[in-house]
Amino acid sequence: MDYIAARQGQILVKGKDNFNISCEKKSEAGSVSQRACVFCGSRVVLYPVADALHLVHGPIGCAVYTWDIRGALSSGPELHRNSFSTDLREKQVIYGGEKKLYESLIELIDRHEPKAAFVYSTCIIGIIGDDVNAVCKKVSQEKGIPVLPVHSEGFKGTKKDGYKAACEALFSLIGHGNIDNVSPVSINILGEFNLAGEAWMIQEYYKRMGVEVVAVMTGDGRVERIARSHGAVLNVVQCSGSMTYLAELMKEKYGIPYIRVSYFGIEDMAEALYDVAEHFSDYPEIRQKTEELVADELSELLPQLTAFRNDLEGKKAAIYVGGAFKAFSLIKALKHLGMTVVIAGSQTGNKKDYEMLQDLCEPGTIIVDDSNPLELSKFVKETGADLFIGGVKERPIAMKMGLGFVDHNHERKIALAGFKGMYNFAVEVHASVMSPIWNLRKEVL
Amino acid sequence: MKTATQNACKLCTPLGACLAFKGVEGCIPLLHGSQGCATYMRRYTISHYREPIDIASTSFTEDTAIFGGGRNLTTAINNLISQYNPQAIGIASTCLTETIGEDMNLLLSEFRKQHGENPLPTLFNVSTPSYRGTHADGYWAAIGAILSSLAKQEFPRNLGVITPGLVSPEDLRQLKKVFKVYDYPLLLMGDYSETLDGGVWESYKKISPGGVPVEQISQAGDASFCIDFTTLTQNGGTKYLGDNLNKQRFTIPMPIGVQLSDRFHRLMRKLTGKEIPEEFVVMRNRLLDAYTDAHKYTFGKKAVVYGEAELVLSMAVFLEEIGIVPVLCATGSDTKLLKAEIEQNLKHPEKVQVEVDLDFDDLTSLVHKGDADFLIGNSKGYKLSKALDIPLIRIGFPIHDRFGAARVKHIDYEGSLTLFDRVVNTLIEIKQNTSEIGYTYI
Ligand code: SF4
Repeated sequence: MDYIAARQGQILVKGKDNFNISCEKKSEAGSVSQRACVFCGSRVVLYPVADALHLVHGPIGCAVYTWDIRGALSSGPELHRNSFSTDLREKQVIYGGEKKLYESLIELIDRHEPKAAFVYSTCIIGIIGDDVNAVCKKVSQEKGIPVLPVHSEGFKGTKKDGYKAACEALFSLIGHGNIDNVSPVSINILGEFNLAGEAWMIQEYYKRMGVEVVAVMTGDGRVERIARSHGAVLNVVQCSGSMTYLAELMKEKYGIPYIRVSYFGIEDMAEALYDVAEHFSDYPEIRQKTEELVADELSELLPQLTAFRNDLEGKKAAIYVGGAFKAFSLIKALKHLGMTVVIAGSQTGNKKDYEMLQDLCEPGTIIVDDSNPLELSKFVKETGADLFIGGVKERPIAMKMGLGFVDHNHERKIALAGFKGMYNFAVEVHASVMSPIWNLRKEVL
Repeated sequence: MKTATQNACKLCTPLGACLAFKGVEGCIPLLHGSQGCATYMRRYTISHYREPIDIASTSFTEDTAIFGGGRNLTTAINNLISQYNPQAIGIASTCLTETIGEDMNLLLSEFRKQHGENPLPTLFNVSTPSYRGTHADGYWAAIGAILSSLAKQEFPRNLGVITPGLVSPEDLRQLKKVFKVYDYPLLLMGDYSETLDGGVWESYKKISPGGVPVEQISQAGDASFCIDFTTLTQNGGTKYLGDNLNKQRFTIPMPIGVQLSDRFHRLMRKLTGKEIPEEFVVMRNRLLDAYTDAHKYTFGKKAVVYGEAELVLSMAVFLEEIGIVPVLCATGSDTKLLKAEIEQNLKHPEKVQVEVDLDFDDLTSLVHKGDADFLIGNSKGYKLSKALDIPLIRIGFPIHDRFGAARVKHIDYEGSLTLFDRVVNTLIEIKQNTSEIGYTYI
C-alpha cells in the first residue's frame, strides 16, 4: 500500500506537506469509508423531532439499523424512538410501493396521532418509481397534518445531501406557527440534538441571560415549536455541517441572520454565549448577565479540571469525527487538559475547515479527510497517541491497538456540551487514558 | 390487517452474509450498493461483537445506478487488494443492486477476464436482496454461495462439514471442541469464533486473524457428511454438497438442551462410527443433575421466546424439557415451517402460540402482564421487558445492552448448562426480589 492512490491528497502532515487538502470528494469504492449515506444524514438531523412520525420507505434494513440508536432525549413524546418501516417485499419491488406507503401512513397516523410525518425514501424508491410526493400530499390532505417527503436515496450523493434534504423538510414546517408572543430577544438553536440532555442545558444558559429560545432544531424537537421558529431574531448554528443550509434558507426568506457556534469546550461555549449577547447589544443587561454566568460556571469548573490535568499533561490525542467544527472545539478542550492533538480528521470537512484545523494544530499533526480504519490505525501507531476520540466505528481500532477511547458521536449517553459537559468530558478522557489496562497489556507472560 | 412494520424483529439479508463471510480466513466482505448499508451494518455488528469489523462498499453514486456498477465493483476489488491484500473477498448484493438488476456473476467474470493472468484473491458472491428474507436467510445463502463456488471433489476423506447458523463465537469454539474430542476432522462453515472474538493486537491487523482458509473450504467436496443446524431453511448451507455432490446431508435443530444435544451426538456417533466420548456423557449427566436440582424453580413457569427461527425452535424444546412453557414463540422471519417444527418437536405444542413475520409492536400487543415470567431473546426486547416488569434473558443476536455477547453460550450440553444456570438464577432472583423477607438462603 500505503494509501489508496486516489486518497493521497486527502492526507496531510502539518508543516511537511504543502497545505491544499483535497476534500468534499465521493468516497472511493472499496475504501471502507467511515462515512454513511444520504439517508443517514437526513435521519440524523430529523431524528430528535419527538412528536413526528418517521417512516422509512424501503426494505427493512435502513429502518432497523437506525432504531433507537441515538441519545437524543425528549421531555415529552417519544415517537422518535421507534422504528417505522414500510418493510418492502418482493411484491412491492415489482409492482410498486405506493399503496403500501399510503396504507402505512394512514395506519400509523391514526394510531400515533403525530403532529407531522417524515417519509424517508431509501435506495430503491426512485428506481421502482414510487411517486412519494404524491402519496405524501394525498395523506396530508386527508389527515390534516404536514406529511413531508425526505428524498434520501442512499446513493444520490453523500451524507451532506441528506442534511440538505432534512433541512428542506424542516423548512417547509417553518412559518406556519403563531409568532405574536415571541420576544424581541430571541433565538433558535440549529444543529443541537439534545444528546443526553445537552439542549436543555444550553437553553438554560440562554434563559439565564434573558434570551428566549424559540425552537431547538432538532433536539427535543416539536413540530409546533419548529413551525414558529421564523419568529426568532437570530439563528445560532451549532452543528454547522448539517444545519447551515437551513440557516441560509431562513435568512433568505425571513431575513433572520445566523452565527456559527460550538458548545464544546470552555472558550467555544463561552463564545457561543457572548456572540449572542453581542447580537443583542441594545440590551446591555444581557452582556452583563452573560459575564456573570460564565464567571459563575468557570469558578466551579476550572478548579475541578486541575486534578485531571495533573494526570493527563503531555498525553497525546487523535480526533476523528463527523464534522470539522467539532474537531476545532475538541482540540481546544484537550489543551485545557494538558493534552496535544496528533491526528485531526473529519468525515465531511471542507477546504476552509481544514485550513482552520491546520491553524489550531501543532506542526507534525496529521490532518485527514474521509479516512478509513487502516489509515487511522497506522496514524495512531506512528504518533503514539494515548487517546482516540471518535464514533462507534472507530472504537474497535482504539481498543485493539491499546489506547483509550472517548465516544463523541450521536450515540453517546453522556452530555459533553456546555460547561458541565466539559467536566464530563474530562472525566471521560481521564477514565480512558488512566486505566491500568494499558500498562497491563505491556506485561509479558 | 397491519401494514407497516414497527420495531422489526429482523435485520436485512446482506448483514447475515457479512457474518458468514467473516468465517473465511483473510476474507473481507464487500457490499455491492450504497455506502450507507456497509456503514450501518458495521456499526450494528461492532456494537454486538466489540471487534473491528471492516465491511467494504462499492459506494454507488447516481451515475453508477444508471450505467451499472461494473466499474465500481472493479475499483472496489482493486482497492481492497491493494489496501488489504485479502485472501478472499465475499461480495453480497443489496436491495439497490438487486432492483436495478445487476448481474454480479457476469460482472465478476468480466472482471476476471480483464484482470488476466495475475493471481486474484478468491472471489465469491451471493445474492441478498433485502426485500426477501432476513439476515438469517442472508447467512444461509452466503454459506451456500461459498460452498458452491469453492467445493471440489478430489479424495473422499473423513471430514464433517457443519453450518451451525448464527451462533455465538463461544458456541463455535464449543463445536470445534466436540469434533476434537471425537477426534474427527471438521470443516466449520461460518467460523467467526476468532475473527469476531479475538485477543489484543501488537499491531493493527488489516483483517482479523481466524476463520477457515479457502483451501480447506475447497475440500468440502470430499466430506464424509454434512450437517446444518436448521430445519427451517430450504436453501443454502450445505445443500449444494448434498444435492450436487451427493454427500450425506442432515438437517437438525440447533443442539440446545438435552434432547436436541442427544440428537446431535447420536448423529455424530452414527456418522463418525465412534462411541460418544465419555466427556460428553459426563457433561450430559451434570446437566441432568442440574435440571433435577432446580426443577422446582423452573416447573410451570412461562416464557416468551423470540429471535431467529432456528434459535427460537431449539429454545422452545429446551424450555419445555425443563418444565417451562414457551407460551409464545415468535420470529421476524416469514417462515411457515416454524409452526410445523414446533408441533413436531414439542410434547405439548398446543400450549404454544407460534407467530412469524412479527415485529416488536406485535409482540407487545400479544404479551400482557402476567402472561409470562420472563422473556428470552435478543436485546431489542428490553422495552417490553421493562413495560411488563419481567426479566429479559439475553441470547442470540443482537445484544447491544450487555457485555460479553460473543461469549454467550447456547449449544451442546456444556452451553446448555450455562444457559440453564442463567435461567434458574433469573427465576430465583425474581423470587428473592419479590419476597418481603429478603431471603439470603433460598
Ligand atoms: S439500502 Fe437495502 S441493503 Fe442497504 S441497509 Fe437499507 S435495506 Fe439493507
